[in-house]
Amino acid sequence: MLTAVISGFIFALLIPFILGRLKSISTLWVALLPLTLFIYFLSKIPEILAGNTIKTSYQWVPSLGINLDFYLDGLSLLFVLLISGVGTLVFVYTSAYLKGHHYLDRFYAYLSLFMASMLGLVLSDNIYTLFLFWELTSISSFFLIGFNNDKEDSRKSALTALAITGFGGLFLMVAMVGLGQITEVYQISAMAPMAEAIKDHSLYGWVLFFLFIAAFTKSAQFPFHFWLPGAMKAPTPVSTYLHSATMVKAGVYLLARFTPVLGNHEWWNGTLIIVGAITMVYAAIHALFRIDLKGILAYSTISALGILVFLIGLGSPDALLAACIFILVHALYKATLFLVTGIIDHETGTRDVTQLRGLNKVMLPVGIAAMLAAISNAGIPPSFGFVGKDLIYGATLNMGDLAWLLTCLAILTNVALLVAGFVAGIKPFLGKLPEKFENVHLPAPSMYVPPLILATLGILFGLFPGILEGGLIKPAVSSLTGASPDFHLQLWHGFNLIFLLSLITIGSGTVLYFLLKPSESLLKKVTAFDRFSPQTIILGISHGFKLAGKGWTGFFQNGYLRYYLITILGFLSLLLAYRLYLGVDLLINTELMTEVTFYEAVVLLVMAVAILFTVFSKSRLAAVASLGVVGYSFCLIFLFYSAPDLAMTQFSIDTLTVILFVLVLYNLPKYLKLSDNRVRIRDGLLSLIFGALISILALEVMSESLSKETSEYYAENAYILGKGKNVVNVILVDFRGFDTMVEITVLAIAAIGVFGLLKLHLRSTEKE
Amino acid sequence: MKTIIFKSASVYLLPLLLLFSVFILLRGHYLPGGGFVGGLMASIAFVIHSFANGVENTKNIVKFHPGFLMPVGLALALLAGSLPLFMGETFMTGLWMDQPVPVIGTVGTALFFDTGVYLVVIGVTLTIIFTISEGL
Amino acid sequence: MELLLVIIIGLLYAAGIYMMLRRSLVKLIIGLILLGNGANLLIFLLGKIVKGEPPIIGPSEKMLGEIYADPVPQALILTAIVISFGLQAFAIILIKRAYKVVKTDDLDEMYATDEDL
Repeated sequence: MLTAVISGFIFALLIPFILGRLKSISTLWVALLPLTLFIYFLSKIPEILAGNTIKTSYQWVPSLGINLDFYLDGLSLLFVLLISGVGTLVFVYTSAYLKGHHYLDRFYAYLSLFMASMLGLVLSDNIYTLFLFWELTSISSFFLIGFNNDKEDSRKSALTALAITGFGGLFLMVAMVGLGQITEVYQISAMAPMAEAIKDHSLYGWVLFFLFIAAFTKSAQFPFHFWLPGAMKAPTPVSTYLHSATMVKAGVYLLARFTPVLGNHEWWNGTLIIVGAITMVYAAIHALFRIDLKGILAYSTISALGILVFLIGLGSPDALLAACIFILVHALYKATLFLVTGIIDHETGTRDVTQLRGLNKVMLPVGIAAMLAAISNAGIPPSFGFVGKDLIYGATLNMGDLAWLLTCLAILTNVALLVAGFVAGIKPFLGKLPEKFENVHLPAPSMYVPPLILATLGILFGLFPGILEGGLIKPAVSSLTGASPDFHLQLWHGFNLIFLLSLITIGSGTVLYFLLKPSESLLKKVTAFDRFSPQTIILGISHGFKLAGKGWTGFFQNGYLRYYLITILGFLSLLLAYRLYLGVDLLINTELMTEVTFYEAVVLLVMAVAILFTVFSKSRLAAVASLGVVGYSFCLIFLFYSAPDLAMTQFSIDTLTVILFVLVLYNLPKYLKLSDNRVRIRDGLLSLIFGALISILALEVMSESLSKETSEYYAENAYILGKGKNVVNVILVDFRGFDTMVEITVLAIAAIGVFGLLKLHLRSTEKE
Repeated sequence: MKTIIFKSASVYLLPLLLLFSVFILLRGHYLPGGGFVGGLMASIAFVIHSFANGVENTKNIVKFHPGFLMPVGLALALLAGSLPLFMGETFMTGLWMDQPVPVIGTVGTALFFDTGVYLVVIGVTLTIIFTISEGL
Repeated sequence: MELLLVIIIGLLYAAGIYMMLRRSLVKLIIGLILLGNGANLLIFLLGKIVKGEPPIIGPSEKMLGEIYADPVPQALILTAIVISFGLQAFAIILIKRAYKVVKTDDLDEMYATDEDL
């Protein structure tokens, strides 16, 4: 199974090189990869049917519990067949749809990257690899949505989708870590037996919260749904594959996968029912007013995802069975409709339903596929959609007190979805063909055969639901409920309440279809409400974040050294002042201090004057000279207080610094008065405050008694161990010799830097 | 500054100051002084000479680029530090000769290390000063 | 005496910071030097200042006597002085080079001409 997952990744790496070589040949053969995978997984059906599950494990980072554990049960089987099956058809379709496209190789690479991640996601048993593949699907979807990267719209939608799903991914990680903490195992299959203990744990609510956010963002549930209509900027094969059949179902898969572990709790059921119901009704109504084919399909997809979440929320075996069936139903008809939309767009150049009419005359096979899909979508017998809708109503009717409320919501959604399906699948093909479309051709077979296959399957499964029942649906439901399911799928149940509800749905939907004509003016009225939609709010928040970040950065990172300094020093002063305010016991014990002699006082006075002169002098040369005076006063202080080495060093350095300054300053202009008096006073105050704080701090420290341990050690051992009598020198060259070594290295680097700076300069002037 | 008195004095001042700097270096282990101060003294000697006679002439006396003193000094210091490694001691252990050498005193690795510092300081200072006066 | 030195340290810090807040590059470096001196003096002072007892072992003794100036801050400051020389030299050359290229020593104008370099 590892090979099955990895093959897509390897293929993604290789394909740009292979296709680069074979520019002219048809790219139909690329579809062999998903086809092989599809057949491989088909061959596993008997084993799964026998009640087994297939488990493989590869060690990756065992110490962190991260292993490549793969697990194939009924639920994963349903999904892998969907992924590889629809994948095959999409790959075939793409070979014609994007024929000769400049970046076709890239597109296939992203597509197989996505397919591999998706397979990995539904096969993962380890919670961390689940997260990893989850994020990989978001990333590959980002590339696919932004495939037309020369269009600003595409890039924006890709970023929105990545932001929302990536954001959800982080929540998934938290949820997984939380689960790992609670159970201390990292395999999902090992968690199911602990379900009761998990639900009693105090972290249960948090895990649910984070898991839900992850699933809702990925599966476009209210209020995170808006990225999906935006994602329709992607080429149609991507919309078909990612945004109707597979990726958006990842959230549903996640919820289904954790139903045995976390489900059957009032928080779980309540949240899912409410969010699912809001999403399905809200999106279905929105779908009615769109005029862009893809927009209609996007909203009806969101609505269908809402139905799935809703069904998982109901949680009864009936509902879970309905969910499994509906996943398949929806994938079949929605993928068909998307592929058809792609063909219409490709051939006529428009997706506006108000303009499209009578296309049956020029592309009959496409029309047949679309109409079959619309029938399945509407739940008209004998389609597979009819079977699915029956089960949904059956599930809602069994919900006790709430049965009628839930059933009404389901009917409302289904009616709206039916209308949307008719608008997308039937309306463009009936009626009189406008003149401008008379030259439209039927596309290549590799484009219209895939939707035909899908649409035919949608009817076939409806006529003979038994084909699926044993091989696919029963194991899937049993891996959800944990029990061996007892049901029998059939098309015809006889005249009963459920059939009556179906008839009502179909009838009122058809009436509504004829009453409601999608038009631009209607769309405008609906979009007027966008101001209050979650999209506006969330985008507003993200815009606000950006502004706040910009403001914050702009304020602190303003590029002016002195403002950085003012910020740092001001903050430091405040901290110090607060600390001093809290408690200062300034014990100035003058008795312990040395006496002031006359010549020392004179030196200090000279120094103070020199400092002030350096600061306030108008001439740079004078400032540098008085800087020299400050330095020589230092020499004297060092000399008075028993530091002859320091005095000598300070003397030489001071001399050299002054020489350097004079050499350089010769070439610089005079001081300019660059700041006004207010700024000067502000700076002066800040520096005086800081200086005063440092002085107080120094006094504070001086009143503490010092530990002289280190100094005593050096004093005692300088001669005995270091054979030197100048203790400072012994420290430098012996005790701390390594530091000195590094220090002279730094010096050498500074010299090389100086040398380099000037040589660089000479070269750049030569160029001029 | 190129007065005749200063110029002729600088010719004699240079060797004297250099000698003085070596003296400072050598006595550093027992009395105030050492590699840093010695190196700075030597640099000042060269700087005074260059003030009197021009940078070009000073450079002619030195013959080679002072920058070469940096790697030489670093290597010497490193060698002095790693010598104990060959004797089975840890890095930078001080090693000493048994008998004091006349004039210099007891010779040990620390002295070589300090000489390395001395050379690096001369190299750094002169490189900086010469580069700057060239760039003018 | 310590009190006077403490005042001088405060003055050095204040002067250094005031200079660093100016727009002129030259003043910036002068400020840096003043600040460095202030820090050196602070370290020196905190190691307790002692008069007339340099940390040098007498000719006939094997270790320092009872009272001696602390050698550790002295070693630290010596290192700091020499390193700051390297820093100053580098900074001075940087001004010179910057001035040659942008023809100003006003920090604000250098900011403005960043792209033209």
